[in-house]
Amino acid sequence: MERLTNRAKAVERKPMTFLESLYLWNIAKGMGITLKHFFKKKATISYPEQKREFSPVFRGLHVLNRDEEGRENCTACGLCAVACPAEAITMEAAERLPGEENLYREEKYAAKYEINMLRCIFCGLCEEACPKDAIYLSETFAPANYQRQTFIYGKPDLLIPHPKEEPELYAKAAGGRVVVKTGN
Amino acid sequence: MLLAIDWLLLLEKLVLIVIIVSVSLVIAMYETYAERKIAAFMQDRRGPNRAGPFGLLQPLADGGKLFFKEEIIPNTSNKFLFILGPCLAMMTAMMTSAVIPWGGTVAVFGRSVSLQIADINIGILFVFGVVSMGVYGIMIGGWASNNKFSLLAALRGASQMISYELAMGLSLIALLMMTGSLRLSVIVDQQMTSGVWNVVYQPLGFLIFLVCAFAECNRTPFDLPEAENELNFGYHQEYSSMKLGFYLFAEYINMFISSVIMATLYFGGYDIPFVNEAALIAKGNNWIQWIGPLVLIIKVGFFIFLFMWVRWTIPRFRYDQLMNLGWKKLIPLALLNMVLTGALVLWLKK
Ligand code: SF4
Ligand code: SF4
Repeated sequence: MERLTNRAKAVERKPMTFLESLYLWNIAKGMGITLKHFFKKKATISYPEQKREFSPVFRGLHVLNRDEEGRENCTACGLCAVACPAEAITMEAAERLPGEENLYREEKYAAKYEINMLRCIFCGLCEEACPKDAIYLSETFAPANYQRQTFIYGKPDLLIPHPKEEPELYAKAAGGRVVVKTGN
Repeated sequence: MLLAIDWLLLLEKLVLIVIIVSVSLVIAMYETYAERKIAAFMQDRRGPNRAGPFGLLQPLADGGKLFFKEEIIPNTSNKFLFILGPCLAMMTAMMTSAVIPWGGTVAVFGRSVSLQIADINIGILFVFGVVSMGVYGIMIGGWASNNKFSLLAALRGASQMISYELAMGLSLIALLMMTGSLRLSVIVDQQMTSGVWNVVYQPLGFLIFLVCAFAECNRTPFDLPEAENELNFGYHQEYSSMKLGFYLFAEYINMFISSVIMATLYFGGYDIPFVNEAALIAKGNNWIQWIGPLVLIIKVGFFIFLFMWVRWTIPRFRYDQLMNLGWKKLIPLALLNMVLTGALVLWLKK
């Protein structure tokens, strides 16, 4: 039979000599290896103080985006909920009333918008489906909690901070991925 | 006349006992910390570093946790023996420290105090006697748990200890042929006056002794009695709370004591290397006697590190390998060592 690789090693079955069977040399070799590791740089990242850089394509908790004037982008079209394979998104639509133009960009908006973070698989399909650049997956993940109920994130949890009133918080939440669209 | 007790001597010994017991307990505590740190470092991790600076309060946190754990005694177990097991393990672990010379004679409040609790003339035999009692802690614990894993582990532990005690004793006989005394203080004195440690004369004997000490302490690669993966922690499987803590603690104290014994027998005890203590003391430098115990602790520290280093390097032996190594390798080697030493001693004496 032809060999697949040339790395195969023939097994040696000759009995150990007395010295070998005392294992001393091999133990010493092994101890050398562990001692080398003793002085190696540690791989640990001490979590709360130090954080690992996420990759640029990391998909974490969602943010509901606003445009540059701070109006909510989402028009409650429901495309994200349809696209969602985990059926994690629910919403209720409402009509924008006169005088609310500074709050909502479109005539229809989501009065209630909930994502169940326990169902969500962070696939990012909602982000892809959205025609209004209204939902993005950010670079944070859901913190642990004691109650299941707390993992249903409503609009207050999801909405990104106002870009004019809290520009720093906005920039932080937006990270590198959220597209800030200007104009319509 | 018989009633004329030297109260000061009694007090002095009592204080010494309290100091030594607390020192061994503290050292055992920090051995658990060291073990976790060393394990972590060898696996490129950092180990406990949250409780206090560098995690130094970790042992206290562990102890506190053990105290608050639920106390479970299986209702099919033999209650008396079940409780006796860990007590016995702890007691035998603590007892050996009585005969170890921790240092020379120091002057405290004008009294010269010997830093050894009991300088008995059968010192090393006493240690052996007590250490071999340690197996009862395991046996009784394993038996009283009424659990087949525990029982198996206890059997393994007993046979392992007995087999390795033989080789250990034989390697020791070779040493005793040279020293001619069982008294530990004499053994240390000889090494101090000659300035050459016994390990130079008895390298093979030391190696055998070291391997057997590992087996006696149930440390990896000989930790078959508590084999985590095939026997579910072995003889202390049914134990919880502080009774488990006692077993684990006893193991660490045993490790400390056997390190002390190795340092005493083969590495000059409290002898400071390359320093002629006797000459210094003759010149009136009595403080040197205080350095002795520190030096001993440093040597012990090295051995403890060795114990852990080995534990985190090599896997456990299979049971037949263990027995083969004990009976077919170590005992013949120890016998050979003994005969060679005997012949040499005779030849040199002539
Ligand atoms: S990331 Fe995927 S699973 Fe989560 S809400 Fe969006 S579409 Fe649904
Ligand atoms: S987030 Fe986007 S896809 Fe989902 S409802 Fe709003 S606008 Fe439509």
